[in-house]
Amino acid sequence: MLESYLKNRLKEKEILLMTHIVLGYPTFEDSFEIIESMVNTGVDLMELQIPFSEPIADGPVILNANQKSLSRKTTVKKCMDFAHKVTRAFDVPFLFMSYYNILFKFGVKRFTEAMAQNAIKGAIVPDLPPEEGSDYLGAMEKHNLVPIFIFSPTTPDERMKYLASFGKGFIYCVARKGVTGVDTDFSDQLKKYLARCRKATDLPLALGFGVKEKEDVDFLKGKADIAVVGSQTIRLVDQKGVGAVGQFIKSLR
Amino acid sequence: MKDRGYYEGFGGAYLPEILVATFDELAETFQKAKDDPVFWQEYVDIMSTYSCRPTPVTFAENLTRHFGGARIYVKREDLNHTGAHKANNVMGQGLLVKRMGKSRVIAETGAGQHGVATATMAARFGFKCTIYMGEVDVRRQRPNVFWMERLGADVVTVREGTRILKDAINEAFRDWVTNMDTTHYVLGTACGPHPFPEMVSFLQSIIGKEARSQILEKENRLPARIYACVGGGSNALGIFKAFLEDPVELIGVEAGGKGLDTGKHASRLCSQDASIGVAQGYKTYFLQDNDGQMKETHSVAAGLDYVGVSPILAQFAESGRIRFEAATDREVVDALSLTIQKEGLIPALESAHAFAQAFKEAPAMSKEDVILINQSGRGDKDIFTVADAFADPKWQEFIKEKAEEYHA
Repeated sequence: MLESYLKNRLKEKEILLMTHIVLGYPTFEDSFEIIESMVNTGVDLMELQIPFSEPIADGPVILNANQKSLSRKTTVKKCMDFAHKVTRAFDVPFLFMSYYNILFKFGVKRFTEAMAQNAIKGAIVPDLPPEEGSDYLGAMEKHNLVPIFIFSPTTPDERMKYLASFGKGFIYCVARKGVTGVDTDFSDQLKKYLARCRKATDLPLALGFGVKEKEDVDFLKGKADIAVVGSQTIRLVDQKGVGAVGQFIKSLR
Repeated sequence: MKDRGYYEGFGGAYLPEILVATFDELAETFQKAKDDPVFWQEYVDIMSTYSCRPTPVTFAENLTRHFGGARIYVKREDLNHTGAHKANNVMGQGLLVKRMGKSRVIAETGAGQHGVATATMAARFGFKCTIYMGEVDVRRQRPNVFWMERLGADVVTVREGTRILKDAINEAFRDWVTNMDTTHYVLGTACGPHPFPEMVSFLQSIIGKEARSQILEKENRLPARIYACVGGGSNALGIFKAFLEDPVELIGVEAGGKGLDTGKHASRLCSQDASIGVAQGYKTYFLQDNDGQMKETHSVAAGLDYVGVSPILAQFAESGRIRFEAATDREVVDALSLTIQKEGLIPALESAHAFAQAFKEAPAMSKEDVILINQSGRGDKDIFTVADAFADPKWQEFIKEKAEEYHA
């Protein structure tokens, strides 16, 4: 189970690192190389985003990566095949992240079957609240897959508890309003929000949106269990190439 | 998320968590306003003093004679302030923004009509205003960009994706997830997550309410058929709603673009190219590929150039209550030309789709039959596109001279 894997790791490390990449960006070969250097430099788990043409929760960096990947003919089938390859090659848990239409058009049952066959542990679907997700939740459960749910600073306490009742593995806490890839103010307010998240659930807490350097990761120690780095590695690959990833991940701890 | 707005499986509220609280507030404010007779009165008052409601229905005597079939009437939404039915939705949402105590509005726009209408509403109510518009549409609807900016709105050119209406909607959502405390997103059509489809069609239902009593008064009977163009679907739902229980055939006309067999169109409900999907927060028919990636759409009319369609219309397409047809760019320009010449009416390219379909059917109908076309907007904004479609040499000469003046 993902939750126990995370809790075991947390006995050794103060905070875990989850990274996010867009599959097929810049190319699938690059995606593989990026994953390899991330795993080798101590990333604890990874989100693999299947690109979608309308990623409304993503900011310019990830949006651009989605569009470029699609313009190079990335398909869901290719992402599944790629997942098969990386889950065999690397010994960390991998999750899919995508928008609901990708699952819906593939067929939610078929999608979860393919996830299980390709050893993907769970999924983050940011535009699928549990109210709309009964098919998804049932199919995930059937294959022992972990549905990750999201808390946001605008989520009331009561709804946090409601969301946590569907969530497994961990809760993804969005650090602030807005889209991915914009600066976050690592402040007292964020600390209070994380304390509120902690009260709502016993699941480990991941904190994402705007985490981009060691200082941010240090801030989160003791307040969250997983720091999520997304846009920043993609930005780095855009600017300095795939070779810069390992050094960057090392610099975060 | 109590009530998620489903129409026989279409609709819903596929929202990122960050917006759930905002939508709960909006749904509650709308529900209270809907149940409050004072709200509707306030809405009707503002539409009759700030806009031109009730808009008339015009008997198109010359077109009727020309086709020799059904008696053709036109509902004149083009006579609204800013020249389209968009004013109805925008002023109504403006009243809701006041009730919610917000100070800024954002909107997407395709043809620019919704953007201009939102900018006038913002000026009138004293709200800050940002309008998102795809780069392709900025180019083809430049006069509306000019007016939005004069009205004090920031017009943001969207260069992502296909650079048209759907991409402008995505950018507006990205703004909203950041600024929802102060900002309301004035979605321009009966699409998107609940409560937008219900709310926008409720506000637009004023069109059909008026039209029904106007036609009854003039003809002492109901129309046999009603035609409306369908982009997102708000003008169509606006006029159709009042006739749903009547023995009236309702016809929605989509953008056939260069033809349904060319792939270059925006027809979701009468082409084989669309399938059910979930995007932009709701479930409906989308023009998408087998992987669920949205396709490029095409129409001569920017306001119809959209991948999705109102979930309420998707429901009526499935039930058969509304018939859907498509008119090609060519047919639309011809219908526009004929309408201008015969009646002196200048419909928007969007609205001309409804005219084109009515013209196909009117000749075969009885002279006793009455048909009603919704002229959702006026065509002045399309001067560049229409001039190109007619390859008007005098206009081209004028543009060249004008350009030289700026060079001097």
